[in-house]
Amino acid sequence: MTLLRHNILSKSVRDQVLVFVLIISSLTTIALVCFIFLFLILESLPALSANEFSQWLSDPSWHPTEGQYNLYPIMIGTLAIAGGSVIITTPIGIASAIFLHYYAPTPVAIFFRRIIELLAGIPSVIYGFWGLVVLVPVIIQIAPPGQSVLAGIIVLSMMTLPIITLATETALICVPHSTIYGGYALGLSKISVITKIILPQAKPGIVSGVFLQTGRAIGETMVVLMVCGNVIQIPDSILDPARTLTANIALEMAYATDIHRSSLFVTGLMLLLSISCLTVINEFFKKNHHARTL
Amino acid sequence: MRLNRLLTLLISTLFITACGQSGTAKEHLVITGSSTLAPLISEIAKRYEQLHPNTRIDVQTGGSSRGISDVKDGASDIGMISRSLKTSEHDLFGFPIAQDGICIITHKSNPVEKIDRNTLLKIYTGKITQWTKSGDSNKVITVVNKADGRSTLELFLKYTQLKPSEIKAHIIIGDNEQGIKTISNNPDAIGYVSIGTAQYHSDHGTPIKMLGLNGIQPSLKNIKNHTYPLSRTLNLVTKKKPSGLVQKFINFTQSKQVHDLIKAQYFIQIGS
Repeated sequence: MTLLRHNILSKSVRDQVLVFVLIISSLTTIALVCFIFLFLILESLPALSANEFSQWLSDPSWHPTEGQYNLYPIMIGTLAIAGGSVIITTPIGIASAIFLHYYAPTPVAIFFRRIIELLAGIPSVIYGFWGLVVLVPVIIQIAPPGQSVLAGIIVLSMMTLPIITLATETALICVPHSTIYGGYALGLSKISVITKIILPQAKPGIVSGVFLQTGRAIGETMVVLMVCGNVIQIPDSILDPARTLTANIALEMAYATDIHRSSLFVTGLMLLLSISCLTVINEFFKKNHHARTL
Repeated sequence: MRLNRLLTLLISTLFITACGQSGTAKEHLVITGSSTLAPLISEIAKRYEQLHPNTRIDVQTGGSSRGISDVKDGASDIGMISRSLKTSEHDLFGFPIAQDGICIITHKSNPVEKIDRNTLLKIYTGKITQWTKSGDSNKVITVVNKADGRSTLELFLKYTQLKPSEIKAHIIIGDNEQGIKTISNNPDAIGYVSIGTAQYHSDHGTPIKMLGLNGIQPSLKNIKNHTYPLSRTLNLVTKKKPSGLVQKFINFTQSKQVHDLIKAQYFIQIGS
């Protein structure tokens, strides 16, 4: 549309209406995000002004009813659980996308893709329930209490695997055939073509997928609330329970009042800021890659 | 043109609704206080509004202390408190609505049948960590606690005289349902939930066991006769002797018409 704008001699009314609608809807999206940020900041203010900044990181623990507001263990818990699942799913996701696209016989590929899509469509509460009823009792056999970082990582991995697999596959599809044929023409083996030609070109798409699944892993609430134990501590091992930022809000919001309530909004603000950071890093990476390839 | 007319309609509608709210045609009631009682009172208020379309009832939370202070300085008509009136508050009028109790539960396969306050204290502070004294099997206790701010936690803390930071929990849960699921899937866990929830699940075959506390079984009968220690009465309070709408609403909340709502919130109705 933008490219053609100057070439059109007479602008039709329908065009103008369309542009108007498009502008309004994009502005609404931006306004919504701004409003959410503003709302979070306003709701956080009472807690932010009542506490010293260092308190959020140095209080003995998180016990809002006793005036202790240390978010540090919760942030570490979030990082451990989300990070763990990303580390597990990224190689598996990329490998299965390569298999799906280049190696699997057509019927297998179709079946596999359906399964992946099915995984993506299952509501998170079902994953959480499965984790609590099936996975946690298995982990109890290894080390009680069972509800642990490990349980969170496993269930989150299952939930985020489709994201990275489908994103990688889309990126692979977008690699131009001419470069692939060029590689074969030079006598490269299939594995060399994939690792040396296709993957480098698909990299921005794959990285976007990784960021997308990281965002999903950080933002997931029901599952981690149900299987991670929610104890406020820096976990010593993956068999220890931990609490995430999202679980913190979901657990305490219903009954929180005054500063306690406001401190939960601070938790939400942290969450939104970390997701925003991810988006910015992703954009930066894409730009960088684009600049290098040009 | 059409848009203009639509806007006018919208604005006038808003105006009329605003007038309707502040108008004197409707009777208005403000109720504030305990977050334990608020969900129940909201439900009751909804039903009351349906039966009496000219009434509007506002229910706001903020804790039992707000319930008391709002009633005292006239900010609300009725206060909600999740305890009985203290002797220092005898100038207020209290109306018991329902009773709430929590019971200690374990997995059904656990041979333990009852517990006393002292043992409970030791388990929750991490001084006892195994189910068997001899330690022949590695039956490490999984302590399940509630998240900060939950009313069940408050009652538990009041009974054990512990601070939240003194409790060494292995799992922290949110609502009663999550507690039931956690404990029914962990043979070595101990936790506490609202008696209504526990009773429902244990009647429906969930593998949990309700433990006797200090030799008293957690039953409806023992809560009603006040022998079971982990229970409390939920009250509505007013500043003056109630009259008019306040009187009518309190009577309604104490009537049989709301027993199903009380049951749905896992509270125990007062009387038969």
